[in-house]
Amino acid sequence: MKVALFVTCLNDTMFPATGQATVQLLRRLGVEVEFPKAQTCCGQMHVNSGYVPEAIPVVRAFVDAFAGYDAIVAPSGSCVASAREQHTIVAARSGDKGLIRAVNEVSPRVYELSEFIVDKLGLVDVGAYFPHRVTMHPTCHSTRLLGVGSRPERLLAAVRGITMVDLPAADECCGFGGTFSLKNPDVSVAMGADKARHVRESGAEVLVAGDNSCLMHIGGLLTRQRSGIRVMHLAEILASTEDAA
Amino acid sequence: MTNRPMIETRTFLGIPPFPVAAKRALADSQLRGNMHHATHTIRTKRARVTAELPDWEQLRVAGSDIKDDVMANLGHYLVQLEESLTKAGATVHWARDAAEANQIVIDIARRHEVDEVVKVKSMATGEIELNIAMEKAGISVWETDLAELIVQLGHDLPSHILVPAIHRNRSEVREIFLREMGKVGMPAAADLSDEPAELAGAARRHLREKFLRAKVAVSGANFMVAETGTLAVVESEGNGRMCLTLPEVLISVVGIEKIVPTWEDLEVFLQLLPRSATGERMNPYTSTWTGVTPGDGPQEVHVVLLDNNRTKVLADEVGRQALRCIRCSACLNVCPVYERVGGHAYGTIYPGPIGAILTPMLKGVGTSKSTDALPFASSLCGVCYEVCPVKINIPEVLVHLREQVVDSHRSGMPGTLLTTMKGASWLLGGGRRLGLMQKAAGLSTRVLWKNGMIGRMPAPMNRWTDARDCPAPPAESFRAWWTRTDGGRKNTGTSSKTARTETDQK
Repeated sequence: MKVALFVTCLNDTMFPATGQATVQLLRRLGVEVEFPKAQTCCGQMHVNSGYVPEAIPVVRAFVDAFAGYDAIVAPSGSCVASAREQHTIVAARSGDKGLIRAVNEVSPRVYELSEFIVDKLGLVDVGAYFPHRVTMHPTCHSTRLLGVGSRPERLLAAVRGITMVDLPAADECCGFGGTFSLKNPDVSVAMGADKARHVRESGAEVLVAGDNSCLMHIGGLLTRQRSGIRVMHLAEILASTEDAA
Repeated sequence: MTNRPMIETRTFLGIPPFPVAAKRALADSQLRGNMHHATHTIRTKRARVTAELPDWEQLRVAGSDIKDDVMANLGHYLVQLEESLTKAGATVHWARDAAEANQIVIDIARRHEVDEVVKVKSMATGEIELNIAMEKAGISVWETDLAELIVQLGHDLPSHILVPAIHRNRSEVREIFLREMGKVGMPAAADLSDEPAELAGAARRHLREKFLRAKVAVSGANFMVAETGTLAVVESEGNGRMCLTLPEVLISVVGIEKIVPTWEDLEVFLQLLPRSATGERMNPYTSTWTGVTPGDGPQEVHVVLLDNNRTKVLADEVGRQALRCIRCSACLNVCPVYERVGGHAYGTIYPGPIGAILTPMLKGVGTSKSTDALPFASSLCGVCYEVCPVKINIPEVLVHLREQVVDSHRSGMPGTLLTTMKGASWLLGGGRRLGLMQKAAGLSTRVLWKNGMIGRMPAPMNRWTDARDCPAPPAESFRAWWTRTDGGRKNTGTSSKTARTETDQK
C-alpha cells in the first residue's frame, strides 16, 4: 500500500509537531508514509468563503500531488471532509473534465488519521503511553461531515496511563468556523468562551482533538485566560510512548 | 368606521448587518440568559421524542421525498389544488409578490367594510408585511397567537419562527401586558403576577373580546392537500381555531410550496412537525378545512397563493431544497449561533440557519449588505442539517450562497478579501511557493512573540487577537523539517520544536 501524508497547510506552517507525530506514529505501526512536496492545501478556506474559482488551482495542486497513491492520510477531519465533499464542487465549476476525473480518483482515497488507523490498519491499540487527564473535543467536521464516530475515543481509550474525562456539551461547535472566526469574531468568541469554560469544568490537563484549527481557537482562549490547560492533537498523544515520556 | 385603536407594527428595516447586530445582541445578558434557557429546553424535548420513534429516519426521508416530488411537479399540483379548492367553494387568488398579496387581502376586508381583522400566527403574512400594509389602509390587525400578541403589544419584532417572543421571559411578558393591553382592548388585572397560568388568563380575556367581534380572519396554512383542497393549521393554543371558525370570512395567505399531494402524505408531516417543533408527540390542535361548509364556520373562504420569489428559489438546483422547509424551527433551537445572538440580529422574519439561506434567496443575493451577510452567519457546524425533519442540507446551501454573494460582487470593488483570496490561491497553487512563504512568515513574526504566543495585534488581526492568543509560527515548517531530516530518518535532533510545545514546557 502506497501511502501519502497530507499534512495540511495549517499543520505544515503552524503545527509541524502534529505532522511529525503522524509520521512517527504511522512508522511505528509499520506504515512508511511519503510526503509529496507539491502538496499545499485542501482549498476549504476558499470554498467556504465563496471564492470557488480561486480554489481551482489549489484543488488542481492537490490532485497532482496525490495522484497514484492508494491512501492519503491527513491529521485533520476538516481538511479531509473538504477533499471528500467539496473538491467535486470546485472541479465542476472549473468545467475541466480532466480535473473532474482526477478528483473522482483521488477524493475517495483521502482518510482522516483515526479512520485510517481503525479502518485501513484494523488497529485500536497503537501502543501509546500518555499518563495524563485528557478530555476530547470531537470537532463538527469529523463527526457530522465525515462521520468518524467513536474512532478517536476508541484509540484514546486504548492508550496506557491515560485518564479520559467527559467534556460537557462536547458535541457543541467551538465557534472557530474558518473565516467565520474573523468575519463574525464576536459570535465566534462567545461560542469559544463557552467551550473553554466546559474544558475547564472537565478537570482535564489536556484538551485533545483531531483538528488543530479548532484547537488553535480554543487553545488561544485557554492561554489568554491563563487556564493552565494545554491543547494537543490526537496524533501527538497517539505517538507518545513510554520511551519518549 | 369607528376610531379603532391600532398598534403600529415595526419592521426589520434599520437593523444593521449581522456581524454588527450580533455584537450588540451578545452584550445583552438578559437576552443571552433567556435564549439559552429556551433553546436548551426545546432542544432536549425534541431529542427525546425523536429518539423514541424507530422509523424517525425513514420519516425524514419520506418528508424530503414528498416535498421534492411537489417541487418537481409544482405546476401540476397547483392546478389540482385550485380545482379542488374551487369545487369546495373557496375563492383562489394568485399573488406574484408581497404587494399583490397584501392588496388582495385589503380589498376583501374593504368589501366587507371592516376596520379590523383577527389573525392566526403565520410566517407568510410576516414575510409580506401584511400587518403594515393593512394598518396603512386603516385596518387594525390583532395577532391572536400568544407569542405574537406579546410581540405586538410590546412594539417588538418576532425573533423565532415558532416562538416569536422567545427572547422574552415571563416577568417581561407581565410588564408588557400590564402596560399595553388596556390601550387596545381589555386590560390586564392590576394584580397580575408572572405565573404562566395568570398570564394566559389575561391573554384569554383580552383576545376573547376580539374573537367574538371579528368578522374577518386572516391565516396562513401549514399544509394544503392538493387532492381535496384542504388547508391545515397546527397549533398549541386553540386561538388559531377560534379565528378559523368564528368569523364570517376567512382569508388564508399561503406559500405555493406548502402543498402536499394527498392526506396520506399529510400523515408523514403531522408526525415530523410537532416532534421537531415543540418536542411534542402531537400538537394540541390540528384544524383542517375544505372550502365552505354551509352553516358551519366561515361562509366565505379565500386562499391567496403566494409566489414572492419561490419560483426563483425553485430554479436554483442547490438552493431549492430550502422549499422543503415546514417552519418547525428545529434548526434554530440547536444552532449555536442563533442561541447566542437571538433572532433579531438576522434582520428578517426568518432567523437562524433556515433564515440565513431562505432570506437571501427570497430577497435576492447581491441586493443588500444585510442579506449578503446572512450566508456567512454560520460556523458551518452542521447540527442544523442533523435535526432537519426534511433533510435540508443547510451548510451545503450556505456555502453555495457564499459563492453567489462573492460572484455578485466580483465586477465591483476589488476588496481586501478578494485580493487576499487571490494571493492565497496563487500561494497554494504550488508547494514551493508555500515553502517560501513559511520561511518569510517565521522570520517576520519572530519579533511579536512571547512564550511562543502572539498577543494583541492591530487591525485586522485584532479580530482574532482581541480575545484569543495566536500561536507564533514555528522556526521550521513541516516541509522544511522533512527535507532536512529526510522525514525523520536522518537523526539530526529535534530542533524544530513547535511554538506550542515550547509553551508547554514553560
